[in-house]
Amino acid sequence: MTTPTHDLPTPSGEPDPGSTGSSGGRADHDMDEPPKGGSFLGYLLRKLGGALTSMILVVVLGFFAFRMLPGDPVLKIAKERPMSPAQIAELRSQYGLDKPVIVQFWDYLVGIFTGELGESYVYRKPVSELIVDYLGPTLLLTATAAVLAIGLGLWLGQLSAWRRNSLFDKVASSTSLVFWSVPTFWLGLILLMIFGGTLQWLPTGGMITPGLDPWSPAGIIDVIKHLILPVITMVAVVYAQYLMVMRASLIEEMSEDYLTTARAKGLTEDEVRKKHAVPNALLPTITVVFMHIGGLITGAVTVEAVFSWPGLGKLTFEAISGPDLPLLQGTFVVFSAIIIVMNLAADIVYRFLDPRVRRA
Amino acid sequence: MSNTNPSASTPSGSAAEANARVIDGTRLVRDRRLNNVKKNWSLFRSDIAAMLGAIVLVFFILIAIFAPLIAPASMLDVTQQLDVPRYAPPSLAHPLGTDDLGRELWVRILWGARVSILVGVAATVMSMVIGTVMGLAAGHFSGLFGAVVMRIIDFFIVLPSLLLAIVLSSVLERGVFTIVVAIGLTSWASTARIVRSQTLSVESRLYIERARILGAGHRHILFKHMLPAVMPLVLANTTLTVGSAIIAESTLSFLGLGDTSKESWGTILKNSMDISAATSGYWWYVLTPGIAIVLVVLAFTMVGRALEAIINPALRNR
Repeated sequence: MTTPTHDLPTPSGEPDPGSTGSSGGRADHDMDEPPKGGSFLGYLLRKLGGALTSMILVVVLGFFAFRMLPGDPVLKIAKERPMSPAQIAELRSQYGLDKPVIVQFWDYLVGIFTGELGESYVYRKPVSELIVDYLGPTLLLTATAAVLAIGLGLWLGQLSAWRRNSLFDKVASSTSLVFWSVPTFWLGLILLMIFGGTLQWLPTGGMITPGLDPWSPAGIIDVIKHLILPVITMVAVVYAQYLMVMRASLIEEMSEDYLTTARAKGLTEDEVRKKHAVPNALLPTITVVFMHIGGLITGAVTVEAVFSWPGLGKLTFEAISGPDLPLLQGTFVVFSAIIIVMNLAADIVYRFLDPRVRRA
Repeated sequence: MSNTNPSASTPSGSAAEANARVIDGTRLVRDRRLNNVKKNWSLFRSDIAAMLGAIVLVFFILIAIFAPLIAPASMLDVTQQLDVPRYAPPSLAHPLGTDDLGRELWVRILWGARVSILVGVAATVMSMVIGTVMGLAAGHFSGLFGAVVMRIIDFFIVLPSLLLAIVLSSVLERGVFTIVVAIGLTSWASTARIVRSQTLSVESRLYIERARILGAGHRHILFKHMLPAVMPLVLANTTLTVGSAIIAESTLSFLGLGDTSKESWGTILKNSMDISAATSGYWWYVLTPGIAIVLVVLAFTMVGRALEAIINPALRNR
């Protein structure tokens, strides 16, 4: 069985730690494993080509999904308001929907390259402007959550593997299975209920108390307070899969001969683990972790919706409720672009990390 | 083990029939299979977590099927609940409390089980079929066709399915079927990946080479040899995937992309957020639907893990 991949499903879009158990979380990152002996440049070009193809597919999909599929966007806007046919026609021309599809596609392509993503139906502002405004908070939230989840997952994972079948391992593994079965947004709601509602320890939404300067000391503390619950939610749902991958990967490493050699040299168990086993197990794990960053980022959609965190996820949520198709199209393209770039970065980093691949 | 699989032998016409005849005639083989089933069942039974999971699943599937008998649909009709207190906390009269419109939450959860489980299973079946076909194609065919299929799989692996599912379900008509399609069409990549690596490893076996030398075409090799070889893996993966599909359904419904005219656990949670139940003290409105989701997903995961553990050694022995 392979390592988990992007199994749709969990809100964070993730793999089942369930399937890592039997044959290890070896990162078979080999979907398109470079043919042995390829040069670094060749590898880079291939990965770059792959990322570019994905990006083109996203751009094309972003256009046609929102135009070709049933459901006229203008009629959707008009549905809930009284509108005359003339007004509908005007709306149509305002959003360029009266032009032939091919012309619209061209306009859209030009728009993407000039950073022009159309105008939001609801906000009546350019989509690109909205995205720039909301990008920062999302990066703050996801980066914090990613760092903590990776740290926690890898640390618990290696401890778990080293003490396989101990009480600690059983508790850690089963806790992570339970967390994996929890919908992200529900965990958010529960935390909100306990710490925001009942105990009133932490703010229930937003990023900062209105009126505070985010760069003043009081402002920074306030932002951190707002950050705690959404970050815990994202970490709780995501760390589990990192734990399972790290655990499986280290267990596989533990039967290797070089560990016996290390022990024979007289190293303590701790030294064997920290200096020999873990670094080797880390390699496949890091690849998997990076490959799953996309899931973490989309997890932001529901978390931001629950905590009214003013980021791209909340923007997506509002675009869905609108429905505000240009905005949804914009957030889709930007989210996808971020994820594709992260994956490309992971591929390149992997090449540098793994001496075997580097030398090949 | 391969030929017992009904889906494996149906598509390939006369060859399959001939094969089936031989097997039916061989009592020995039948006995061995029966023994295998018995052995697997005792393996499964010895796994406490899996048995618990199976019991939870049977319970939820039964209440989903018999929901109309246990609680008639009229109990969900808002106009008939005028004398029921709103926001009643759980008590003897209202076991799980009532919602903002006076509906009993236990009735909503009961009815919600139907859509949540149905969507989870249907979307998984769709995703398994697409994933198996794509994985077989990518593993079996080399050249341009195989490469193109690989690129498509790669694309779906890189892009989180939730993102794609949001796009799909927001442009299509709202409805249960749309949710199934949105999840099924976007979540097959990991299956395709597993199927592909299995196909590649089977492809290099001698018996495939033998079949090829004897003049077997793509169709014969794919349906007679590859499909049976990957099916056990796919089936074990199916049970695990249902859990994720149920979470996906609840997430899409929670985001307001579900069918609002039908109860589902995600829809109940969406309603609860619309009235800020979490911060207004209506804890029962938030807690119970989520617990139902977690229980069912966990149950599917437990059963799936046990099936996987049973199937994997079998794969290695072959």
